This record gives sequence, structure tokens and C-alpha cells, in this order.
Amino acid sequence: MGNLRIIARLDIKGPNLIKGIHLEGLRVIGPPSEYALRYYKQGADELIYMDCVASLYGRNHLADIVRTATKDIFVPITVGGGIRSVEDALDLLRAGADKVAVNTAATSNPELLSELAERFGSQCLVLSIEAKQVGVDKWEAYIENGRERTGLDVIEWVERGVELGAGEILLTSVDREGTRQGFDYNLIRLVSDAISVPVIASGGMGRPEDIVPAVCQGHADAVAIADLLHYKRATIGEVREVAKREGFTVRTYG
Amino acid sequence: MAKADVSIIDYGVGNLLSVQRGLEHFGASVELISEPKSVEEANRVVLPGVGAFGNAMKTLKRLRLIEPIQELAERGTPVLGVCLGMQLLLDKSEEHGLHDGIGLLTGSVKAISNLGSNNESLRVPHIGWSPLYKPDSCSWAGTILEDLEEGSAVYFVHSFAATDVPSGNRIADTRYGGNEICAVIGHENVTGCQFHPEKSGEIGLKILHRFMLQ
Repeated sequence: MGNLRIIARLDIKGPNLIKGIHLEGLRVIGPPSEYALRYYKQGADELIYMDCVASLYGRNHLADIVRTATKDIFVPITVGGGIRSVEDALDLLRAGADKVAVNTAATSNPELLSELAERFGSQCLVLSIEAKQVGVDKWEAYIENGRERTGLDVIEWVERGVELGAGEILLTSVDREGTRQGFDYNLIRLVSDAISVPVIASGGMGRPEDIVPAVCQGHADAVAIADLLHYKRATIGEVREVAKREGFTVRTYG
Repeated sequence: MAKADVSIIDYGVGNLLSVQRGLEHFGASVELISEPKSVEEANRVVLPGVGAFGNAMKTLKRLRLIEPIQELAERGTPVLGVCLGMQLLLDKSEEHGLHDGIGLLTGSVKAISNLGSNNESLRVPHIGWSPLYKPDSCSWAGTILEDLEEGSAVYFVHSFAATDVPSGNRIADTRYGGNEICAVIGHENVTGCQFHPEKSGEIGLKILHRFMLQ
């Protein structure tokens, strides 16, 4: 087992950091650069930026936001939202992103995953999954912030995505997202045990202790945290303390 | 001589902006170069890289950069390879077939094990923050790690690593699933880090700063 990564997730709409519930009802939180810098200083192991309307409107403000972030943030940055081509990915990498996360375009054109992996390497490619539970131990992959179905079974789609070259999975539970009810560790475990690449669990973190079942039962390699951090209900450092107390190995920081 | 303090070799891969910002953080002037002549004139060179070894060597060859890099290193100019850039400095790689490297450092590149030291299965790539250790009783004085305490954590993302490195060239190791992995290797003016100093927070910045002072 590698070290558990504690990741701050910033959902972006236009120039703003936003937060929703079940990925909807988006509320403006503030300027992303301010929050990103705060999380970097708290010791976030990585940052994830997701443009939540990019694929709906076919535009992407993220390149500018990321370019600004690289001035004072020196941890890995993953960027997703509206990436449709190798050129889109290249623009973001040139702007300072280390990895790109793809969802919508990959569901309609899975070959995009192999094109991206071949060009930039699998370590650069995150397959983003928006999972909605549709039965007992059964989840469907959604797109457009959990609004549109794809008909794809999450486990089958993740396995296919990894075969095509995805080097990491960002797994968002739409049912739990923004609810503060804790991670859906059944979903995390099913995905995590089906593949050999790392899984980032996202959606539902309500308190620092919620990482425990995500790791112990869910076998997550990383957790993405938004609401808990944005509303200042806990810091990255407090989450790291819980991880240490549980005996998880985490980055030595500070 | 070039005006910039550091020249980053740009051969079309990955995120160069973060390396540039990391070096600029301490006031260094930085340029991106891809011409043989610019390599010849460089004061210090960073060879970055993500992706596949074979493709990277092919591109460096097409840009006619391999010989200038070798000559520059022989003249004593400081060279820092980062991640794939470190691997390229070695003799050869077994990533998707056999490939020759630039050959400035002795060793070869092989896949990291997906089995831990207790036979547990490991995720590959190795992604995340891992601590740096001193192999045997080596000292970090005079190396790019001079300002660090042993155990400082840095950010790795890789599926391959340096092997068959002479013990005198091993500056720092890390462990993944109990297996030892070369984290920093070097000989005289040539150094390579398997991890990304430009993505390793304040620790990484200290490493880049020390490279600037070499």
C-alpha cells in the first residue's frame, strides 16, 4: 500500500469556486486561487480542479485558473471538465496541470482514453466517474454533473477505461456528493478491487473520521475533499491527524 | 553563454510551467530551449519528462539534442533530470522494448515490482508522497538534498525506476511496499530525481534552489 493521499477538490464554474449537493444547486464559495493557496499551505497532497459546466457549454476557463495557481502552488494538479481532444489536454498541461480527468468525452468516444495515454502516458490520465446507485451493488456512470445517464455499468466502464490506458480513477458518488453523510465505501471497494490503478474516493465526506471506512472498507488510495474544507469545518491537517491515529501511512508534512 | 540561469529542455512533453515556476521562485531566470545550439550555451540544464522512454529518446534524437547534452555534461555544466528525464540519463531502458539512453549515468531502467516485500500486491504506477532515505551511510552534503532532513517526503508518479546503479551514485532511496527504489542518483555535475521536485511543496523548492547554487 502506498501512502494515503489527501486531496482538495475545487469545483469551478466560470471564474468561481462553487459547491453543490449531488453535484447540483451550485453555490458560489469564492475565488479559487485563495482557497487553493490555503489548501496548499495546509498540506494538501494534491489539488483537483473540475469545471462543472465546461462540457455543457463547450468552454473551459480552467487554463487561466491553473496558470495562476502554478505561481505559488507546488503540488500535483489534476484538471477536468470539457476535455474532448489531445489538444484540449495539451493546453491544460501547458498551463501547469499534471494530469487531466476525462468523463463525458470518454463515454461517447472511449478511444480518446488510449489517444491521451499514448501521447502523455497513463500517469497523466484520470478517468472521472460520476456514479449513481441503480440497484443492490449496482451503479451507473453519469455525465454532465450527474444529470445524464450513459447506460454504462460503473464497474464494467472502469475496467474498460483502465484497459484503454487510464492511470487513476476519480470516483464520485453522486448520491453522497455534498450530503456530508460519509463516503459510499461499498461503491469504492467494488471499483477499487476490480482494478489495479489507484482510486480517489470523492463525495460525502462530512467529518475527518469519514476517511476511515473509505480506506479500511473501501480500499481507497486517496480521498478528495471539498465541502468539509470549503466551509472551514476542518483542515487538511486535521484529516491527516485522523489518518495517522488510525495507523494509515500519510505524507510527512511540516 | 546564454543569459538565463537555467535552461529547461522542451521536447514537447508534459508540464514544463511548474518546473519553470519552481526555479523562478528563488529569482532564477529561466528559458525553455529545444535547439542544439541553445543546449551548448546553457549555464545549467533541466531535462524534464513524462510519458514513455522510447518516444522521448526518439524526439531528442530528431531534435539533435543528445550529443549536445552529452558534451555539456562532460564540460561540467550542472544537469538535472526529473522523473523520465532522470531515466533518460541512464544507459538503457526496458520500457516497452529495449532502448538506449543518453548514458551520462551508469544504470538501467526497469519496471517497478507489483509485489511488496511481504508478497502483497502493489498498485502500479507508484503515485504519491514517499520519504527520502540515505542509502548506507551516504552524506547529502554537496548534493541537491543538502538542505533536507532524512525522511522528507516528495511526490512520485512512475511505473519504472533506475536499477543497477553503482552504490556511489545512489544519493537517496525511497521504499514502495518495502521495496527499495532509487529516488536520487548522481555523479559529479549530473543528478537525477525520480520524483518531481516541482510538485513536492516546500521540500521540492529547497531541492531546486540547491540545484541553482551548484
